[in-house]
Formats: sequence, structure tokens, C-alpha cells
Amino acid sequence: MDAFAQGLLEILKGWGVSDAWLPDTVTTGLILKAIFAVVVVLAIMGCCLYTVLLERKTAAWAQGRVGPSITTMPLIAAIPLVGKVLTYCGFIQPLADGGKLFMRQEPLPEHVNKFYYCLAPCLALAPAIITMVMIPFTSYINPETGEETALMLCNMNPGFVFMFAISSLGVYGVVLGGWASNSKYPFLGSIRGSAQMISYELSLVLAILPVVLITAGTSDNPLSLFSIVQGQGGFWNIILAPLSAVIYFVALLAEMNRQPFDMPESETDTVGGFHTEYGTFKFGLFFTGEYLHMILGSILFVMFFLGGWHALPFMPTLGLDGVLGTLLGIVCLVVKVIFMLFVIIWIRWTVPRFRFDQVMRIGWKLLLPFAIANAVAYFVFFGIYETLLK
Amino acid sequence: MATQNIKVITRKPLRWWEKLYIPQVLAGMKITLGIMLRKPVTLKYPFERPVIPKGYRGVPTLVKDQNGREKCVSCQLCEFVCPPKAIRITPGEIDPESGNEHIEKAPAEFEINMLRCIYCGMCQEVCPEAAIVLQGEYSLNGYSRSGMINDKKKLYELGGTIPDPVRKWDKKKRA
Repeated sequence: MDAFAQGLLEILKGWGVSDAWLPDTVTTGLILKAIFAVVVVLAIMGCCLYTVLLERKTAAWAQGRVGPSITTMPLIAAIPLVGKVLTYCGFIQPLADGGKLFMRQEPLPEHVNKFYYCLAPCLALAPAIITMVMIPFTSYINPETGEETALMLCNMNPGFVFMFAISSLGVYGVVLGGWASNSKYPFLGSIRGSAQMISYELSLVLAILPVVLITAGTSDNPLSLFSIVQGQGGFWNIILAPLSAVIYFVALLAEMNRQPFDMPESETDTVGGFHTEYGTFKFGLFFTGEYLHMILGSILFVMFFLGGWHALPFMPTLGLDGVLGTLLGIVCLVVKVIFMLFVIIWIRWTVPRFRFDQVMRIGWKLLLPFAIANAVAYFVFFGIYETLLK
Repeated sequence: MATQNIKVITRKPLRWWEKLYIPQVLAGMKITLGIMLRKPVTLKYPFERPVIPKGYRGVPTLVKDQNGREKCVSCQLCEFVCPPKAIRITPGEIDPESGNEHIEKAPAEFEINMLRCIYCGMCQEVCPEAAIVLQGEYSLNGYSRSGMINDKKKLYELGGTIPDPVRKWDKKKRA
């Protein structure tokens, strides 16, 4: 980022802007980061809207329907052919959905704890947005030196551990929302939700240990997402650690409260779960937070197991470097993330919800032992490999 | 119990791979993928209309015969038989110069209140002239209560012409 800031300042000086008007390199770097942060947040929020569209479309396809296909706008409908295709794909539908949430009356029920009631949706959304700063979206390979730098806001040493710590704060949104609503169904939903999220967190992190061990062979900082992706230049981790991938994916579904683990908001038995008492914009925040967690989870899965922004195993950039390689990286990442989102949605419209006792049994009796055994197996293997074979 | 053909099947305990759920989930996903790749069965209703089967009991209408004569002779049987009392007929004379004066009567006004009508088809069943027919129109709406009362003009517009194979009144005129 700093190198980029310096380059930008030199370009501005070349245009004849005097030094007095220009900030120094550090300030420029900060401004650039702020702009990048706003762009990332807006882009991810936009992705959220269109994930909802993907969900609605996939649901429709899985049920033999068409899905949103007639909502349109005058300007877009006027484009020949493309306008029709966009309309049929439901391109404007997310805007209409969002607009509807904004324009509703904002009710504040009498019986709720007002402060926590308003705080809960923010707490559900904020952690998901905060974790976005630590995601490396792609890398830039300097064509001259071959040096690889990450396109990310903040490359922290603890890496994804910090990310897990922040994103698991999202459970507070669920707990507070259910408790502050002062109503039995939200309360039940939030109890289930917190129990479930805490039990699956263990398997989630344990499933990542083999990935860290694999990365430790190639990098000094195996906890950083950037080095994990860089370590997948050859085989992707899904081939090297398939059981980890399965365990991680199942635990991820539970963490995101997605079917078949959507205990906190099971419509049939707890009405709407923890957000029963919420409406309009506050509900919108919960909803956005949920889809943000989904996108975040997909990005993490792609980073850990599907080679991040690498195009193919053993051909990470298809021979492109510089700006083209960076763009290719973003495209690959987006394609993989959309595929993951599609799989998650596809599972939702395939399987019914587990019973709560089944959820607990799977979490503690099935997933956790497998995750521990898997981690221990990799420990033993790498122990033997490092001491005897090297 | 012994005489009935009841076969009690003991539920087998799940195998270990069935307890993992994953093979079952994958099998289910294969099925949903198959459905996703199929053509949607949706009928985009306001743009595409369903095919109405023959004999469909839609909105009751009045019909004319092949000579353009209104079939209704204002006997008021439908008015009497109508269970929700949706039909109101004001009988009137036929113009002596029209060539149909031997029929004696025709409705001066014929109203069907579509807010009352229950589409039972008893009017059609009771009509001696086959003049009132429930036809294919099914989508009915209006902006007011009075707008939902179909008057004679509207009823003939909806009904159109159904040819009369017997030509009873032509024969009577010749006789």
C-alpha cells in the first residue's frame, strides 16, 4: 500500500500539483486504505444483496420454478436484448428487496429491552464486516523482481486466528437479540443458536490445524491467510487434507446457521427464531449479517482448501504476472466463492433441518472426535516426516 | 389383528456410514441438481393463460343463437333456483316488428351479482332455453361493488353466440 501511495504522489507531482497541497506518503497511505476499506465494504454489501438473489434463484430452480424474473427498471428494460436477459435473471430484484426493507415503518415493540434490542443487530453485522479487513483478495506479482505482495488492508501476524476470534463474536448478536426481545420463541432460538455455535467452533478450528501444518513447510508465518494460499501453488489443500475440508465445511454450515443446522431461526418450531420480534431495517441488519457470514465462510473455505486466488493446481497464475495476474486472481477467487455459495444454498434446498439433539450429537460425538483424530494423524505424520525422513 | 394383513417391519439400526449422514445428503443433492437442470414448470400467469378445459364452470353468461336472437325468454327459473340469489331479472316485451314477437317475452334487464354468485351452475341446469351458460372466463375483478354486477349488455358480451341445433322457435313460427 505504501509503495502504491508513493507512486500515486509522484504521478500527481508530474501533473504539476505543488508539494504544499499534497499530504506525505504516510497520510496518503492512510487515505488510500480508507478508500479501499469503503470500496471493500460496499462491494461486499452488494455481494450480500446478490447472494440473496442467488438464494432465491437456486430455491426456484430446485423447486422447478423460475424465480424473480419480472422486476425491472425503465432504463434497464430499454436496453435491447441485454435488458430482457437482466430482467429474466432478476438483476433488479435485490434493489427492490432492499428498498422494501428501508421503506417500511420501523416498529419498536413495547415489551423489549430497548438498548440491547437496538444493539443486537449491529453486533450481528459488525464482526462480519471487521473480519473483511483481514482477507487477502488477491496478490500482485512484481514482473521485475518476482516479489509477491497481498492486496489486503491489514496483514496481521495472528492471521486467521484473529479472524475466527472476531467472527465468533457474532454469536452475541444472536444471544442479545433473543434475550432483549423478551419473548419465548426468540429466547429459545438464541439459546439453541449459542449452544450450537459454541460446540461447532471447536471442530472448526481443529480442522484447520492440518492446513497450518502443511503451510508451515513453506512459510514462516503459517497462520496468515496469505501464506496459506501461497503454499497452495502445487496441490490444493483439499487434496492434501480432504477430511479436514469435509469437517471444516460441516462446521462452517453450523457456524453460519445454515440448513441443515439453522437451529436459531427454525421457522417451523420457533416461529422465526431469534429475530422474531425484529422488523424492517433491524431485521435487514440481521439478514445482511447472516449473508455476510456466509460470504466470509465461503471465502475462508476457498482460501484454506481451494487454493484461494490460484487458477489451477500447479498453474497458479496461468503464466500471467503484474496487473493481469492480479485481475485473474480476483476473477478466480470470485468464481470459486460463487461456487461455494451455490453449494451452500444447494444444500439448504436439499436437506431438512436436524433435530436439536441430533445437532448436538453430530457436533460432540461425530465431528469433534474426527477432527481431533484428523489433527493427531497429521501431527504424527509431520513429526515422523520432519525427524526421520529429512 | 390376526385376520388383518398387517406386516410388522422391524426398523433396522443405521449402518455406520448412514450415521455419517454425508452419503445421504450427497444423494439428495444429486436429486435436487436433476430438478435444477429440468425446465421450470411455472406458468407465468398474467402473461401466459392456462388452457381452460371444455365444460369449465366459469362466469355465468347469456348467449344468443345463430340468428343473433337472444335465447333468454325471461321465464325467471334461474332467478328462483339461484341459491345465493345473485340473479335479478326484469321481464319485458319483445318488439312486435322484430320478427320474434311469437316468443312473447325477453328480459328488459338481467343482472347477475358476481359478488354473490357461487358458480354452482344451477341456473345453467334449470334453463329450458339453454340461454344461460357458465363459460371459460374465470378472472373477474372490479373497482367497486356496483362494478361487480354484470348487467345484460355485459352478460351478452361475455356470452357470445352458441348455435341452437333444435330451432324450436323457428318451427313454432312456421306452424
